[in-house]
Amino acid sequence: MAQEVWIVAEQRDGVLRKVSFEIASAARRIADELQTDVAAVLLGSGVSALAGALGKYGVDTVYVADGPVFQNYTTEAYAAAVAKIVKEKDPAILLLPASVQGKDLSSRLVGKLATGMASDCTELRIENGKLVARRPMYAAKCFADVVIDGTPQMASLRPNVFAAVEMPKAGTAVAFDAAIDPASLKTKVLEIQKESGGKVELTEANVIVSGGRGMKGPENYALIEELAAVLGAAVGASRAAVDAGWRPQTDQVGQTGKTVSPNLYVACGISGAIQHLAGMSSSKVIVAINKDPDAPIFAKADYGVVDDLFKVVPEITKAAKELME
Amino acid sequence: MHLVVCVKQAPDTEALIKLKPDGSGIEEAGIKWVMNPYDEYAVEEALRLKEKNGGDVTIVSLGPARAMESIRTALAMGADKGIHISDPSLDRADAFVAASALAAAIKSLPHDIILCGQRAIDDDSGQVGSILAELLGVPQLTIIMKLEVAGGVAKAVKAIEGAQVVLESALPCVVTAQKGLNEPRYASLPGIMKAKKKPVDVKNAAALGISVEQKARIIKMMPPPQRAAGKIIQGDDPEAKARELVRLLREEAKVI
Ligand SMILES: Cc1cc2nc3c(=O)[nH]c(=O)nc-3n(C[C@H](O)[C@H](O)[C@H](O)COP(=O)(O)OP(=O)(O)OC[C@H]3O[C@@H](n4cnc5c(N)ncnc54)[C@H](O)[C@@H]3O)c2cc1C
Ligand SMILES: Nc1ncnc2c1ncn2[C@@H]1O[C@H](COP(=O)(O)O)[C@@H](O)[C@H]1O
Repeated sequence: MAQEVWIVAEQRDGVLRKVSFEIASAARRIADELQTDVAAVLLGSGVSALAGALGKYGVDTVYVADGPVFQNYTTEAYAAAVAKIVKEKDPAILLLPASVQGKDLSSRLVGKLATGMASDCTELRIENGKLVARRPMYAAKCFADVVIDGTPQMASLRPNVFAAVEMPKAGTAVAFDAAIDPASLKTKVLEIQKESGGKVELTEANVIVSGGRGMKGPENYALIEELAAVLGAAVGASRAAVDAGWRPQTDQVGQTGKTVSPNLYVACGISGAIQHLAGMSSSKVIVAINKDPDAPIFAKADYGVVDDLFKVVPEITKAAKELME
Repeated sequence: MHLVVCVKQAPDTEALIKLKPDGSGIEEAGIKWVMNPYDEYAVEEALRLKEKNGGDVTIVSLGPARAMESIRTALAMGADKGIHISDPSLDRADAFVAASALAAAIKSLPHDIILCGQRAIDDDSGQVGSILAELLGVPQLTIIMKLEVAGGVAKAVKAIEGAQVVLESALPCVVTAQKGLNEPRYASLPGIMKAKKKPVDVKNAAALGISVEQKARIIKMMPPPQRAAGKIIQGDDPEAKARELVRLLREEAKVI
């Protein structure tokens, strides 16, 4: 049998993150083509019961290392544990999410396993038995197909791009001992400060409403937040709005901010500078609201409204609310 | 405190990227090259650490002859010396090869903190800092928005989805810089003059004793998928336009 396709599943506070199901589904599709099995590595404290949930998305075997040392993510403990089981079982392909944790873990694993990785991929396929990963480069001004000559062939997958498809398998949990001595760890998590009140995370959001310099001031983001609330959306911002101190750094979308791939991105009072487009051009549908008909954002928008956002946005909120009710 | 900063030269964010007709790479003619923006935050942070704790800042860059410009920029900002790894055999280095070259250069330097950008905006790979940390056998703090160093430990803040995490690491360690870490200074005119006299060692692969095979290989590059032409919703009445937009998003695009 061909060597297996593996994923590293991501959980937080004992809950699997949505991106774990996305990469499980991507792995399943590839494994079917290669006629092999999918296995997941799952690390955490009190997480063994989650194996079944991964099974629902096509995972055959879940290698679980469960213990207090994995309560909070640390690069050292997680990378050592994944590297140990990967070296032992030798999968052909290893996929991780390109989430914040996944970026840190996957790149450390590239070093530990002395292999290569295509990061932040948006498409995967198999050609002649090998993984071919497509990924944006140069801020999505071009794309590249990448093959990995090392073992395992690693790729990290952009959240919100690969569909999570239910495909029930056994999802059998197999415990493994990662043999990590907590005293040996040189880094520790001192504190985790959660953001208040159920904010939707930009990189995982289905809908994003963003505001730029055209918002004129921080107080006017109430307009954006009202529309976002109706649409169940996350709120984003341009760098101009962040650098002006109107919005936190974590809201910035673009080349020096977050890369997002929602189904719907609504840009309000954003001109569409190339560095902003870099972060949101993989959105499925783009809406631009701008009073300047020549704003470059309209060249990328599927739907555009040329008007004063202060007049249009409240009307959109009203119309969307009526529709939702 | 000995600080090392890895600096990569990358196309300016405004640069148009044109592909070679055979898709083997990008056309470099006409591109304006700048220091990778995330590396500016890394250089600035190193300079601030030096100003506070004393010590020195060494810039290491792997790249063709033009990469020297970014090293000089960092020296003009206030760094003390540079190492330019230049070798045609490394021109197409993937993350593992680049990190191996940087590690080979850094191993022979005293180092308390090694700073990188969280990502280079050309390959957008975001891997080199962590691989470098692994090859040097030191811990890593990645995508960092706030850094404090005292008493031989680094304390750092990073944003994860929906939360901020405060991390602590022993030294030496690798730190990768995220926007928000600081506001990079501009090189002053005297700084630029002084930079010309600061030492930069040029080393090739043989001098570093590295021979590493590339592990990630680009087989083809292509332009981004074209988006179909959009629709501008016409009319004078904001309310009517808003209603039409919402209708289209529901009935045509099916996204709400
Ligand atoms: C190295 C580098 C990295 C960068 N990274 C990023 C990044 O990650 N993200 C990012 O966003 N930018 C980034 N930028 C900045 C980028 O170049 C632009 O400056 C920025 O995106 C502009 O933000 P904006 O569209 O909000 O503002 P502006 O360009 O000023 O546009 C404001 C828009 O609002 C419209 N407007 C004004 N009033 C109204 C109204 N009442 N109703 C409707 N429309 C109105 C105007 O017509 C205009 O189009 C970067 C720049 C550099 C050099
Ligand atoms: N050729 C290089 N020379 C020096 N530093 C580099 C080089 N490539 C990557 N780096 C460092 O690693 C960071 C991440 O790069 P990357 O993994 O390529 O996205 C950059 O911001 C630099 O700090």
